Amino acid sequence: MVSPITFWIVAGVTILAALAVVSLKNLIHSALWLVAAFVGVAATYLMLEAEFLAAVQVLVYAGAISILIVFGVMLTRRGDIRESNLFTRYRVSGGVISLGLLVVVVSSIMKSKWIISREIVPENNVGLLAQNLLGQYVIPFEVAAILLLVALVGAIIIAKEVRD
Amino acid sequence: MVGLNEYLIFAAILFCIGLYGAVAKKNAVAVLMGIELMLNSVNINLIAFNRFLTPSEVTGQVFAIIVVVVAAAEVAVGLALILNIYRQRLTTDVNDLDWLKW
Repeated sequence: MVSPITFWIVAGVTILAALAVVSLKNLIHSALWLVAAFVGVAATYLMLEAEFLAAVQVLVYAGAISILIVFGVMLTRRGDIRESNLFTRYRVSGGVISLGLLVVVVSSIMKSKWIISREIVPENNVGLLAQNLLGQYVIPFEVAAILLLVALVGAIIIAKEVRD
Repeated sequence: MVGLNEYLIFAAILFCIGLYGAVAKKNAVAVLMGIELMLNSVNINLIAFNRFLTPSEVTGQVFAIIVVVVAAAEVAVGLALILNIYRQRLTTDVNDLDWLKW
């Protein structure tokens, strides 16, 4: 089992990184802190014994998506980069709404009675995942692949501005 | 011993930070970053439920993989839209993005 100290260190670092993402004024710094938050989430997956998901998280989020976001920042830069990530006029009201949602969600989590299973996680977790993904859940798997293909073709068409 | 509630609260905090970023930021790329944080916290929830409620199955992890695919598709299309808007309007400020066609 994971010790509470490890969990709270990982959770604290991830939450601090996420806070830095939304509070820093420099968009590049926000993007770099986003990588830290993604790695923290990957560590959380490891603590939850989802090793394959942790690897996917590092590859897809910390690797690909963060680089894509940095590309987006670089290609759309305008004016002073130090003032590139400011708040709209919803700075206070958005914070109030987020805090309110947090209070509601946490109080309902505290009230819920979960039926915690005493079973142990199977040793060969990744193999089981593969059997599920290509067996029982093969249709969602293929649909997800088609979605990814369509989205990437669409992204290229939108970004390249095809002229007829 | 870390239970299910701790993971759920952690994910809720992360979700609310992401929501705040998506609601209150001016730059469209920063809004996308907030959405990514929200999707990540949902994945933590799915995997935590999987781990604590049905550890012998991997249904939650299958869900989480589909969510990762959708998130990747979303960020690719979102950034392509932002790039296209930037080329035509020279801005990524969401306050200026208030038209339906141009």
